[in-house]
Amino acid sequence: METLYPALTVITPLIFAFVVGIVSWINKKICFWLALLSLIVAFISSLKILFYITTTSSIVQYKLGGWPPPIGIEYRIDWLNGLILPIISFVALLNLIASKRFMEKEFKEKESFFYILYLLFTTGLLGVVITGDLFNLYVLLEITSLTAYSMIAMGGTGRSYLASLNYLFLGVIGASFYLLGVGYVYIKTGSLNMVDVFRILPHIYNSETVLVGFIFCMVGVWIKMGLFPLHTWLPNAYTFSPISVSRIIAPLMTKVMIYVMIRVMFSVFGRWYVLGRLYGVNEFVVLLASCAIIVGGILALSQRDIRKVLCYIIVSEIGYMVGGAWLGNPNGLIGAILHILNDMLMTFCLFLAFGNVFYTRKKTKIEDLKGLFGEMPYTSAGLVLVGLSIIGIPPTCGFFSKWYLILGALQAKDHFFAVSLILSSLINVILFFRFFEVGLFSKASYKKEAPVSMIVPLFIVSLMLIVVGICSGSIVNKIINEFVLVALG
Amino acid sequence: MEKILDEVATKYNYWIYIFIMMIGFYGMIGKNNLIKKLAAMNIFQTAIILFYVSMGYKKNATIPIIKTTHDVITKINPQEYMNPLPHVLMLTAIVVSVSTFGVALAIAIKIYQHYNTLEEDEILSNIKEKD
Amino acid sequence: MIESYKPIFVLLTSFLAPLFIIFSSNRPNLRESFSILASVLKFLLVLNISFYVFKGHIVYLKLVEIFPNVALEFKIDEIGIIFALVSSFLWIFTTLYSIGYMRGLKEEHQTRYFCFFALAMFSTLGVAFAGNLLTLYMFYELLSLSTYPLVVHHQDEKARISGRKYLIYILGTSIGLVLPAMIICYNLTGTLSFEPSGILNNKVSLFMANVLLLMFVFGFAKSAIMPLHAWLPAAMVAPTPVSALLHAVAVVKVGVFSIIRIFTGIFGIKLLAQLNSTHIITFFAAFTIITASLIAMSQDELKRRLAFSTISQLSYIILGISMLSPKAIAGGILHIIMHAFGKITLFFCAGSIMVGAGKKYISEMDGLGRYMPYTMGLFFLGSLSIIGLPPMGGFISKWYLLLGAVKIKSLVLMAVILLSSFLNCVYFLPIAYNAFFKAPKEDFSYVKENYLCVIPALIAVIGSLVLFFYPDPFLNLIFEFLSKIKG
Repeated sequence: METLYPALTVITPLIFAFVVGIVSWINKKICFWLALLSLIVAFISSLKILFYITTTSSIVQYKLGGWPPPIGIEYRIDWLNGLILPIISFVALLNLIASKRFMEKEFKEKESFFYILYLLFTTGLLGVVITGDLFNLYVLLEITSLTAYSMIAMGGTGRSYLASLNYLFLGVIGASFYLLGVGYVYIKTGSLNMVDVFRILPHIYNSETVLVGFIFCMVGVWIKMGLFPLHTWLPNAYTFSPISVSRIIAPLMTKVMIYVMIRVMFSVFGRWYVLGRLYGVNEFVVLLASCAIIVGGILALSQRDIRKVLCYIIVSEIGYMVGGAWLGNPNGLIGAILHILNDMLMTFCLFLAFGNVFYTRKKTKIEDLKGLFGEMPYTSAGLVLVGLSIIGIPPTCGFFSKWYLILGALQAKDHFFAVSLILSSLINVILFFRFFEVGLFSKASYKKEAPVSMIVPLFIVSLMLIVVGICSGSIVNKIINEFVLVALG
Repeated sequence: MEKILDEVATKYNYWIYIFIMMIGFYGMIGKNNLIKKLAAMNIFQTAIILFYVSMGYKKNATIPIIKTTHDVITKINPQEYMNPLPHVLMLTAIVVSVSTFGVALAIAIKIYQHYNTLEEDEILSNIKEKD
Repeated sequence: MIESYKPIFVLLTSFLAPLFIIFSSNRPNLRESFSILASVLKFLLVLNISFYVFKGHIVYLKLVEIFPNVALEFKIDEIGIIFALVSSFLWIFTTLYSIGYMRGLKEEHQTRYFCFFALAMFSTLGVAFAGNLLTLYMFYELLSLSTYPLVVHHQDEKARISGRKYLIYILGTSIGLVLPAMIICYNLTGTLSFEPSGILNNKVSLFMANVLLLMFVFGFAKSAIMPLHAWLPAAMVAPTPVSALLHAVAVVKVGVFSIIRIFTGIFGIKLLAQLNSTHIITFFAAFTIITASLIAMSQDELKRRLAFSTISQLSYIILGISMLSPKAIAGGILHIIMHAFGKITLFFCAGSIMVGAGKKYISEMDGLGRYMPYTMGLFFLGSLSIIGLPPMGGFISKWYLLLGAVKIKSLVLMAVILLSSFLNCVYFLPIAYNAFFKAPKEDFSYVKENYLCVIPALIAVIGSLVLFFYPDPFLNLIFEFLSKIKG
C-alpha cells in the first residue's frame, strides 16, 4: 500500500468524479459525501507522502503502468511538490465543506455536475504537481483548465460566460505555448521525462532550439499564472464566477502554475541555464515582477467591487513569487516557495471570509461592508487575521515569506524589487484598513452571522495562518531548504 | 539570399506550421465573431499538432509497425521507422483540442442565448450600457 | 543566565484574559474582576521574575527558531524588567480607573475595550521582554494593532480621522522604515540579538550605519519625535484611560524603549560615538522638547496640552540616550519611570474632571479646585513631577540629564533642559492656580468627585514621591546595565 500513495492521491478524485456522475442519477444526496470522502483520501495520502519524504529524506517515485522512466511516465515527488500536494487537497477539502450551503442556493439541480467538475479540477491540480513528465503535465493542465472554464461559466450571468470564454482563449494560447516549448525540447533531447531532460540538456545549452523552447514554456506558464501584463483574464474570471468556484480556483490555479515555472526552471533546465546561459534575463523578469506588484497594488486601490480588489491582490502576489524565483539566490527562492504555501492559505482565507459576507449580504461593493464587525464578529476576526497576513505582520505567515523575499532582493542588489515589496505592504495596509473602517464605523443592527459550516473552515484556515507562520522556520529548514540546495547548489 | 532559401526549403514543415499558427492567432485577435474566434483557436492548436507530427518524420522511413516475419523479430533498425511517439502524443492533444472546442461552443451558445448576438463589439457595447 | 518559562506565563495572563472577558460580557462586575485579576496576577509574576534580575541574573527563554540565528526569544535584562515592572504596576491602577471612568460616563462597548486593553498590555510586556529585534518588532506591531480599536473606540467621524492618522504614522513608519532597516541589519550581520556592544561593529560602513540609525529612530514613530508626532494629539479622541495608558505606560514608552534597545543593543556606544547621525538625533530631540512645550502653551483642551507635554518629555529620554554619556543615559532611562508616574497622574486627573464636571477645556476650569480638591491637588503634585521639582520623582531624572549634559560640556543642551523646565512651569502651574484661586465661571455645585478615579491618581503620586526618596533599586539596575554596555 505504501508505494501506491502517489497514484492514490491523483486517481481517487478522478474515479470518484465518475462515481458521483453515475450516483447522481440515483440519489442526489450522497454526492456531497462521496466527494468529501475522495478528498479526504487524497489529503491523507498526500500527507503520508510528505511524512515519508521528510522522515526518510528520499524522493518518492512511482512508475505508471510499471514502465520505467524515461520510457514510461513517472510520478516524482520531492520536497517541493511534497509540500504543495497536501495544501491543494486541504484547500479543496475545506472549500467543499464551506461551499455546501452556497451550492444548495446557487446551483440547485446542477449540484452533481459541480461536484464532478470540482473533483476533476482537483485531480488535474494534483496531477500537475505530482507528475515528472513534461507532456503528462500538459494533459493534466488542460484537464484543470477545462474544468475551470466550465465551473466559471456556471455563474449563470452573461458576464460569467464572457469571462469564461475570454479565459478560455487566453488559457488555450498559454497551454499551447507550453506544449510548443515542450516540443522544441523534445526535438533536441528526445525525451519527455523531466529528470532525463535535465541530464541531457547541459550538453546542448548553446542550442537556439532549446532557447526557443524555454521561452515558449515560460511565456505559456506566465499567461496561465496571470503575470502582469498577461493577467487580463484574471479579474473578470474570478469576479463573475460563483463564489464557491473562485474560492477554489483563485488560491490554487495560479500558484500551481508558479510551481510549474519553478519546476521547469530548476529541475528541467537547471540553474546553469536560467542563471548562467541566460545571464541578464533574470534582471528583466524581476523588473517585470516588481511592476506586477506595484501595478496590482495601484489597480486594487482603484476598485470599488470587493472581488476585483481581491483579484488585483492576487496579481500583486504573483509578482512576489515570480520575482523571488528569478532573483537567483537561495533566499529569494525560499521566499518564493514559502510564499506559494502562504499565499494558497491566505487567498483561500480571504475568499472564505468574503464568501461569508457575500452569502449573508448578497452584495459585493465595499460600502456594503457597513457594520460588519458588529454583525459578523467571527467572520471579521478571520478577515482581520488574513488582512494582517497579507500586509505582512508577524506572527502571521505573510511576514516570513516577505522577509525572505526582501532579504533575497538585498543580497542580489535588486533594490527596486525590495522597495516594491515594502510599497506593496503599505498599499495593502491602506486596502485592508479601508475595509476595516467601513466595517467598524457604522452601527450594526443585529447579529446575522454566516452558518457554522462556513465559519469553521474560516476558523481553521486563519489558525493555520498563524501556525504556519510560527513554524515557518522548521518548514524552511526541513523541507524547502532541501529543494533549494539541490536547485541552487 | 541563397542561405535563406536553403533554410526555408529544408525546414519547410516548420515554416508551414508557423504560418498556420499565425493565421489562427490573427483570427483569435482580429475577428469579431465569436465562432470565427473559436475556429481560429482550433487552427492555432492544429498548427501545433502539425508541428509535433512533422518532427517524427525521417527520410526514407516507413510507418512504425514492425514487420513480423516467420521467424522471431529480427534486429530493428530505428532509422527505418518513423518516430511513433509524437503521433501518440498528438492523439491526446487532439482530444484536448476537441474537448476545449466543445466547451467553448457550449459557452458560445449560452452567450448567444443571453445577448442574442455573437459579435464581440455588440456584446461589449451591451455591457457598457448596463454599467 | 537563567532559563525559565515564567515570561510565557506573564504574557499568557493578558493574552487569555480577553477570552474570560468575552465570556462574561453580560455580567459587568465579573468581567471587570477578570481584568483586575489578570493585571494583579501579571504584576506579581513580573515581580517574581524581577527578584532574579535584581540578583544579577538574566532570565531567558527561546521559543522557536524562525530564521537562521534568529528566534522568537525573550531575554529579560535590567532595563527590560524596569519597563515591565512599571507597566504592569500602572496597569492595575489604570484598570481600576477605567472601571470608574467607563461606568461614570456610561460608555458603550466596554467588553471590546477591556479585551483590547488586555491585548495591548500583552504586547507591551512582549516588547519589554524581547531578546532580539525580530521579537521586539513583532510585539511592536501587535501593540499598534491592539491599540487602534482603543483609539477609535467612540466610532464617530473624529475617531475615524484620528484612527487613520494613528495608522499612517505608526504602521507606515514601522513597515516602511523599520522593516527594511531590520532586514538590512540581518543581511549585514546574520543576527538580530541585542548584544552589549552592539552587532554592527566592523560590519557596516559609516554611511550605511548613519542611514540605518536614522531609519530606525524615525521608524519607531511611537516615540513621537518630531516631525512624526502628529498622531499623539490626534489620539486624544480616545477615552481618557486609553490616553493614560498610551501616554504614560504603553505605546509611547514602547517607542522610546525600542530606540534604547537599538542604541545599546544593535549599534553600541562605540559605534554611535563615531556617527554623525547621533548628533542629528540630538538636534531633533532638542528641537522637539522646545517646540512641543511651546505648542503646549497654546492648547486650551487639557488633554491636548498633556499630549504635547508628553511629546516634549519623550524627547528628553531620546536626548539623554543620544548624549551617550552614562549619566545622561541613566537619566533618560530613569525618566521612563518618572514620567510614567507623573503623566499618568495628570491624565487620571483630567479624566476625573471629565467624569465629575464634564469639562474638557482649561479655560472652563477656573475655580474647580474648591469642588474637586483632591483631583486638582493631585494634578498640582503631578505637574511638579513633570516640571522636575523636588519632592517628586521627576527631579531625579532631570538632575541626571543635566549632569550628563555637563559631562559632555554642552552648554546648549543644558540650556535646552533648563528652558523646557521653565516652559513646563508656564503651561502647568496656571491650571492648578486657576482651579484653586480664581472665581468659577459657572455654577459647579453639581460636581462630584468619583473615588475610583481619584484613588489611582493618589497611588501614582505616592509612587512618584517614593521614587524621589528611594530611587536606588532602579538606579542600581540601570548602572549595572550601563556597566555592561560600556564595553
